[in-house]
Amino acid sequence: MTAPPVRFYQVGSFAVGNRLLPDDDQTVQSDPNRTNSLDSGHRACQGCGEALGARYALDAAMRASEARLVAVNATGCLEVFSTPYPETSWRIPWLHSLFGNAPAVATGVAAALKVKGRSDVRVVAQAGDGGTVDIGFGCLSGMFERNDDVLFICYDNEAYMNTGVQRSGATPPAARTATTEAIGEEPGNVFGQGKNLPRLAMAHEITYVATATVADLHDLEEKVERAMRLHGARYLHVLVPCPLGWGSASCDTIRVARLAKETGLFPVFEAVHGKVTGVSAIRHRTPVEEYLSIQTRYAHLFGERPRTDIISRIQSIADRNIAEYQLLADDAITVEPEKAET
Amino acid sequence: MLRQIEGSRAVAETVALCRPEVVCAYPISPQTHIIEAIGAMVKSGALTPCEFINVESEFAAMSVSIGASATGARSYTATASQGLLFMIEAVYNAAGLGLPIVMTLANRAIGAPINIWNDHSDAMAVRDSGWIQLFAETNQEAADLHVQAFRLAEELSLPVMVCMDGFILTHAVERVELPDQAEVDAFLPSYEPRQVLDPDDPVSIGAMVGPEAFEEVRYLAHLRQLDALERIPTLAAAFDEAFGRQSGGLLHPYRTEGAETIVVALGSVLGTIKDAVDARRDAGERVGVVGITAFRPFPREAVRGALSGTHRVVVVEKAFSIGYGGVLSTDVAMATHDSDCTLRTVVGGLGGRPITRDSLEEVLAAAARDELDPLTFLDLEIEIVQRERGRMTSTRRSGPSAENILRDLGTVASRIG
Amino acid sequence: MDLPFAITLDVGSSHANRTGSWRVERPIYVDRLPPCNDACPSGENVQRWLYQAEPGEYEAAWHQIVEDNPFPAVMGRICYHPCETACNRTQLDEAVGINAVERFLGDLGIERGWPLPPAGKDTGRRVLVVGAGPAGLSATYHLRRQGHEVRLVDSASQLGGMMRYGIPSYRLPRAVLDAEIARVVALGVDVAFDHTVEDIQLEREAGAFDAAFLAVGAQLAHRVDIPAGDSSRVLDAVSLLHRVAVDDPPLLGRRVVVYGGGDTAVDAARTVRRLGATDAVIVYRRNRDRMPAQRDELEEALAEGVTMRWLSTVDRFENGHLMLEKMRLDASGFPEPTGEFEEFGADSLVLALGQDTDLSLLDRAPNVAVEDGVVTVLPTMMTGERGVFAGGDAVPSPRTATVAIGHGKRAAQGMGAFMSGKVLVDPTRHGLAPFDRLNTWYYSDAPRTKRHELERARRQSTFDEVVEGLTEENALFEARRCLSCGNCFECDNCFGVCPDNAVIKLGPEQRYEINYDFCKGCGLCAEECPCGAIDMVPERI
Repeated sequence: MTAPPVRFYQVGSFAVGNRLLPDDDQTVQSDPNRTNSLDSGHRACQGCGEALGARYALDAAMRASEARLVAVNATGCLEVFSTPYPETSWRIPWLHSLFGNAPAVATGVAAALKVKGRSDVRVVAQAGDGGTVDIGFGCLSGMFERNDDVLFICYDNEAYMNTGVQRSGATPPAARTATTEAIGEEPGNVFGQGKNLPRLAMAHEITYVATATVADLHDLEEKVERAMRLHGARYLHVLVPCPLGWGSASCDTIRVARLAKETGLFPVFEAVHGKVTGVSAIRHRTPVEEYLSIQTRYAHLFGERPRTDIISRIQSIADRNIAEYQLLADDAITVEPEKAET
Repeated sequence: MLRQIEGSRAVAETVALCRPEVVCAYPISPQTHIIEAIGAMVKSGALTPCEFINVESEFAAMSVSIGASATGARSYTATASQGLLFMIEAVYNAAGLGLPIVMTLANRAIGAPINIWNDHSDAMAVRDSGWIQLFAETNQEAADLHVQAFRLAEELSLPVMVCMDGFILTHAVERVELPDQAEVDAFLPSYEPRQVLDPDDPVSIGAMVGPEAFEEVRYLAHLRQLDALERIPTLAAAFDEAFGRQSGGLLHPYRTEGAETIVVALGSVLGTIKDAVDARRDAGERVGVVGITAFRPFPREAVRGALSGTHRVVVVEKAFSIGYGGVLSTDVAMATHDSDCTLRTVVGGLGGRPITRDSLEEVLAAAARDELDPLTFLDLEIEIVQRERGRMTSTRRSGPSAENILRDLGTVASRIG
Repeated sequence: MDLPFAITLDVGSSHANRTGSWRVERPIYVDRLPPCNDACPSGENVQRWLYQAEPGEYEAAWHQIVEDNPFPAVMGRICYHPCETACNRTQLDEAVGINAVERFLGDLGIERGWPLPPAGKDTGRRVLVVGAGPAGLSATYHLRRQGHEVRLVDSASQLGGMMRYGIPSYRLPRAVLDAEIARVVALGVDVAFDHTVEDIQLEREAGAFDAAFLAVGAQLAHRVDIPAGDSSRVLDAVSLLHRVAVDDPPLLGRRVVVYGGGDTAVDAARTVRRLGATDAVIVYRRNRDRMPAQRDELEEALAEGVTMRWLSTVDRFENGHLMLEKMRLDASGFPEPTGEFEEFGADSLVLALGQDTDLSLLDRAPNVAVEDGVVTVLPTMMTGERGVFAGGDAVPSPRTATVAIGHGKRAAQGMGAFMSGKVLVDPTRHGLAPFDRLNTWYYSDAPRTKRHELERARRQSTFDEVVEGLTEENALFEARRCLSCGNCFECDNCFGVCPDNAVIKLGPEQRYEINYDFCKGCGLCAEECPCGAIDMVPERI
């Protein structure tokens, strides 16, 4: 009896590893010899989504580039917790310059590599949401527009966490931050503001734009690999929950990210040359309360006098995303293949 | 080859001979002709291999240079005025990281009021950034300083800013002796970075440094600038030997022998000052000039030596620290603190106002009579100032001063006299 | 490189920063008892052998089963699989088809001729096993593995007990039964057929047995007094099934009523259909919800054309006329007569009202306590008489083959300890792995693979096996539906989700280790462990 082609296995493609898959189909993270681009000893908070997301993304990029990778980092949590003198947690060549210039620095790195004929070495730039959607946006837009050969990764935790949780252009409505306090008639961040950076990236018609979360490693790694196969400006926007800033339990980082996707609040999709080409369908559609209620940044919406009005406004954002991106499995544009399933 | 050539063009061609590998460009007057020319050379294939990148801001220009330099590429950019201020965070960063970027600063005033003409406010605004700042007196020196700048920067792992007066030099067509490629190649070895982003030898560049080491890091930067004080004259001598011209160095004394009064200045105004000094010497006055080429690092000992024995020092500056006075004067005062000479500051040429020989001669005459105020604003129209002061006193909403003054002058737009 | 001071750093230097000191809780790997294992009367490590089957390591999986139960092919057919009832997956979609996988493995074992583990080194001890049903055979197997000599006696002329004489062949083909019994006998067993033990004490003394195991079953049909005319054909289900098993089926006529609501009643009704009855009717005094017969078996019976008369009792049977009294359930669910009667035409009446144990062999063993017709035993399965053990249907417990096999194993352990003068110590049981410890997000949505059933028309008239086995592909699929509750199955989640790389992957079958030098105690590994195999415990500060 030869081994039949059954590929279904307990956790399918949802868990990090799967002992039954051939090596080629294993995630980078399941490899005991993975790079650990961001290594132990860093000073990120317990359960840090950004530390996790950065390792996921960069290890995948390392595999895709056959370990020929250079990373540029904006100022922010990721930079501060990884490289306080005299210790660095990076195992890859890494450069930090400023808060707002990572895309331009990366352009410079790419230009230098090009002029030196080092086509084997690839460039990744990374920043938090502040360094991406706010202070770094000018440089990012320029990098996009010139179509420089850089993969830019935004680790979005929806506020300025490094400085103590202040509002950014990526802070969602109603979220409490230190500069959008949960007081007044409209507690937390206001509705109707904020930047949708993936959409802005798509408007530049760059080669590749994708969103992902730390809750779906397979999807994230596939997107990094896809991005690394392409050249020119590419943008990956990864949702990385922040236990400190969101007020979620340190053990819930992945759960919160999963719920962000499953509620429809964070659409997970990819786009090529400005057109959406695929979405990750919602697997178990979930009302936004489930997502909001486990984060104290939304605590003012619950409690003795729940703000059902605000919750329903947030739900309508999720509903709009679901309709706009066709996030329900039945009408999904292309359902991400579950690799490990027949 | 001796050519009749615009200053910007001379600089562009010289920079090209230095084989920059990444050049960033964001246009700002009066720097534009430099980057236009380099862009054309890259596009035509005359300068290759080189990546010429049209960036979206000066901040990006310096940032791209940082990335390129950290990846081991010889990097160059040029800017002026507001552009320098817009990139200032990256300017400090490049120095802090010790990246040998060379940048031309086409010196220009800083607004408001917006003004495209020459003065030295921009250079003075970044004097503490950790960059080496070299001031060119002529277009010949501007061109030559770039060749030395790349070598100096790369030897020391420090960025170098070559300052040349906007319009006065950048747009002036003069005779300039341009070196040929072989000469430059012989003088300027290829760039061997002290640190580089390399997958084969990964390092983390740009760590966060706290109180436990920050002062040491800063002091090391200071020491490297002091090293530059040694290297600059050596390179100038080597340049002289290779190219047969005296360019660069720390400072240029002119007719200082036995001088009772010495004028100190930066940049192209030295030409006019020398004319005035020549006239005064002809009239029997013992005056001389010290032109300072290396403003940062500041050659305190050399300045002290050049000024020793003189009774009066007059510092002519195209910038000043508002609410205080001269900037260069402060440095010169430090250099002469143990001598008993008097030091006078003359601020002039702001926003492109011409510094005329006549005015300078008047200054020297007043100095000789010991009648020069400690701080003099050259050719200041004090009536205009007083009229505006009066308006401001009598009317709360007296309107913008610049426009009021233009109205007083009967002009609708700024003009150069 | 001669690196610039402080601003440029060498890789790997962060290892100097032991972030483990931040921790207030530490993750520890645990093994918890999966509900299937907990529920298995034979004590099988179900989760483990499913794990082994998942990558196709069938022989290893089979060996894991026979550690506890020497009859995977049999039990893969006739076990009522309490494991599946307990299975956590029922709360997700449907239970894992454990029974079907067991059958697949059992059949493969027969097909490939995998031998049971060999008999142990001879201990010089001798044990008498009375009764060669599931309990007796199981005890024999486990005793032989311990190296004890076994004499196995049975009053029938073939081994198997109720597996042979009570379970119809459409549920358990005889070839399968024979093959698995032969494997046990092949371990070296002194077998005596057609041997009825009249007096256990005498027999034990005569053979100088160090211990004896009574596994005599419950083969006597429970009789109730139903007025019946002389011409009325009444027989009990035990006899019916026994006669069918020995190829001597009774003539029952066209219309047959089976009276009772247990599994034997359903077996009898389905057997009757196969014997040619056009009408096979089960009369039961309660309703469907309260029927003790296995739901699957009833479904299959109904599909085969067996019909039901709920809430009815048989009052009398005279001249082809059966008088049924209608019942109703009182508030507590107990049936009470209504006084309403109904006449029903029938050629035969089969009584399936329970079975009793023949304990006459204990008449001269006064220390053995008997209560409610069954033998009282200690947890070691020893009766009041030292050295005399009992199990299977003869002791108080659910009367299923699986339970009996468990008894046999347990008794073998008890006897082994007894004979060597030791006290049987129960292994510590892990805490249960309940559903709420699982992170079910990670499990793929995968409904159960149904075993195919024989075409209804065909099975109504033949004793061919009704339920087909799984194909290998389906068996793998089914095994891989296992959630591995409470036991690490090396999904790499902990290894992957640790933001601090503080989980060390040790390699296949070696699982993982926490690197407490760097683990900050965030708890992500425990939260994202699909199977709940990581606990967070307070740090000793």
